[in-house]
Amino acid sequence: MRIFAQMAMVMNLDKCIGCHTCSVTCKQTWTNRDGVEYAWFNNVETKPGIGYPKAWEDQERWKGGWALDSSGKLRLVSGGRIRRLTGIFANPDLPSIDDYYEPVTYDFDTLLTQPVGKGMPVARPLSALTGKPTSITWGPNWEDDLAGAGTTATQDPNMKRLAAKAKMEFEKSFMFYLPRICEHCLNPACMSACPSGAIYKRERDGIVLVDQDKCRGWRMCVTGCPYKKIYINHATGLAEKCTFCYPRIEAGLPTVCGETCVGRLRYIGLILYDLDAVEAATLVADHELLEAQRQVFLDPFSPEVIKAAQAQSIPPEWIEAAQRSPVWALAMKHKVALPLHPEYRTLPMVWYIPPLSPVLDVTAEVGGDPVLPDDIFHAVTSLRIPLDYLAELLTAGDTDQVAGVLMKLAAMRAHMRTRTLNAETDHDMLARVGASAEELEDLYRLLGIAKMADRYVIPPAHTEDAAMLNAWTSGCSLSDASGVGPGGVGYPRAASGPVPVELRRRK
Amino acid sequence: MDFFAFVIWPYVALAIFVVGHVWRWRHDQFGWTSRTSQLLERKWLGLASPLFHVGALLVILGHIAGLLVPAELTEALGVSEHLYHSIAVGGGVLAGVLMGVGLVLLIIRRVVFRDRLRLVTTRGDIVLYVLLSVIVFFGFVETVGHNVVGPGYDYRKTVAIWFRSIFIIHPEWTLMASAPFAYRVHATLGFALFAIWPFSRLVHVWSVPIGYLARPYIVYRGTRLATKERGS
Repeated sequence: MRIFAQMAMVMNLDKCIGCHTCSVTCKQTWTNRDGVEYAWFNNVETKPGIGYPKAWEDQERWKGGWALDSSGKLRLVSGGRIRRLTGIFANPDLPSIDDYYEPVTYDFDTLLTQPVGKGMPVARPLSALTGKPTSITWGPNWEDDLAGAGTTATQDPNMKRLAAKAKMEFEKSFMFYLPRICEHCLNPACMSACPSGAIYKRERDGIVLVDQDKCRGWRMCVTGCPYKKIYINHATGLAEKCTFCYPRIEAGLPTVCGETCVGRLRYIGLILYDLDAVEAATLVADHELLEAQRQVFLDPFSPEVIKAAQAQSIPPEWIEAAQRSPVWALAMKHKVALPLHPEYRTLPMVWYIPPLSPVLDVTAEVGGDPVLPDDIFHAVTSLRIPLDYLAELLTAGDTDQVAGVLMKLAAMRAHMRTRTLNAETDHDMLARVGASAEELEDLYRLLGIAKMADRYVIPPAHTEDAAMLNAWTSGCSLSDASGVGPGGVGYPRAASGPVPVELRRRK
Repeated sequence: MDFFAFVIWPYVALAIFVVGHVWRWRHDQFGWTSRTSQLLERKWLGLASPLFHVGALLVILGHIAGLLVPAELTEALGVSEHLYHSIAVGGGVLAGVLMGVGLVLLIIRRVVFRDRLRLVTTRGDIVLYVLLSVIVFFGFVETVGHNVVGPGYDYRKTVAIWFRSIFIIHPEWTLMASAPFAYRVHATLGFALFAIWPFSRLVHVWSVPIGYLARPYIVYRGTRLATKERGS
């Protein structure tokens, strides 16, 4: 058992109001630069919808993630190592800028410089790439609030899989928001697809980063990532991605998207996992994936795990942080958080609590009472469309798992309602969702009340490690891969040495 | 003039080549990339880039065979002059056509999609495109003009010997005096390519990721724990 720590996130989709504050603050922090105008390390999609980039979940087209081959071995969907090198001159599965969108600015000068006249001055859209007038035909949140869903939602790869059952009818429509960042996977396909070995996972906290000095712009990672959360900076020709705001995490602060989340729906915490169990968890059948991924996580309260963690020199404050981790509580204790598309087999580390609101809406529409658990349970099980859709998204199609979570959330609401009304506790209902009153109250506190310190449990890096953390970013990826790479245990390169310059002129 | 072009210039170019690479590697690994433009234009690149690269690799192999392998060696191996000539000219034309067509398509692509591609086209790229085009053109003049249409010219008796003599620090530059104009220009500009190599996007050639075939899929980096780091 090799115990590693992972900084992970859970998002409660019921609370997302689709305000895009996370996207905007992320953009201002990380991608407010030439070359990544089109890139959103954090974006919020309305589901159902094809999302950003277009139809990113369609792996028949984009070839992202992993799949089991006929002999049960794990393979990148985009092919093996040799296949990848033969595609190096032109990656056949790379999205182009038009699959994202043409970034625009506006001709604001006209507003100030147009001479006095009869007409109102108009700021026309200009392409942020070419500077020429353009017409806006697509954007990263083009489908906001189901806008244009009549034409695009049916193209949603999750909807397509539901086939005839789930025609997108206006009267029966449902929607929710899906904020997305890099999943900082335990088995990242982007990293495995990188010919240069420039993408690495930090041993300390599992954050996945691109070494900008090692990246050679072979652009295989973009194809490899099934979530399409790695971007080519066209100004530098290098890959860039969500950093999990690692400089903030090292200082004990939450990510910018988390810090500024208006709905307070994000939770950040540590998860301890067994590195030796990761591979096995990627090799099981689709319907066993969720449970297998949970098996990789280690119980931070187990005396055996604590002892082993101490033996492997995990600092006591990290073990304590793992015990207080809201991610552990939501994903493992209450089991209400689910991974996004576990069938990609990357073991994503950003999990989601499925939204109850689409089901509540449908309950009301069919004449049920959305505060009565029986009516909700009935809606959950009989109205297949939202349930099937959520299952495609979060459990590789296993509707029982999603229904279980939704019923638990409904039971929590009902139980808290009886408490407020001083009514009798419905033990029959508690038994049906398999949770005690205390557990549901604990879950309620976590979902409904949790303050900043409860939502973000982040042990800061020791300040004496700051220089070392910095040195990682420019160290040699292979020789430092202790226990994993061929080089064995290595030491980061000293921070001194020649001062880097850029040969190319900056625009 | 010949002394400059075929003795001084090769050594200057090779010196720039070597020192330039060391300098570039020490100071600009950030810019050491293929500088992909596929994000901005995908269709033309999908055809032109493989054509150009496969052609260029064959051309490099051809130059190695033609310049570095002495004529005596192929003769000793029993390869007749006629057979060698057929392979060299046939293969050379094929490789040249692949590379040339790819190069022309890539240049047309830069022009047709200039609105977007000018974002990723540097002055260095333009210099490289022009230089490569001229070199490839004279390469065609040699292979097609002299050896297919013309009476033929045995560069292995002059150019190849001169080229090898440079590397044993005993340049036999007088051999180049008799070489046809195209060969002389092609060789001189070839060394110019070596001279600009370290300062251009060509450096990505040295990063050809063959290590990928052997490296582990998952890369962990860094010392895991504060206490372990301090203790070790």
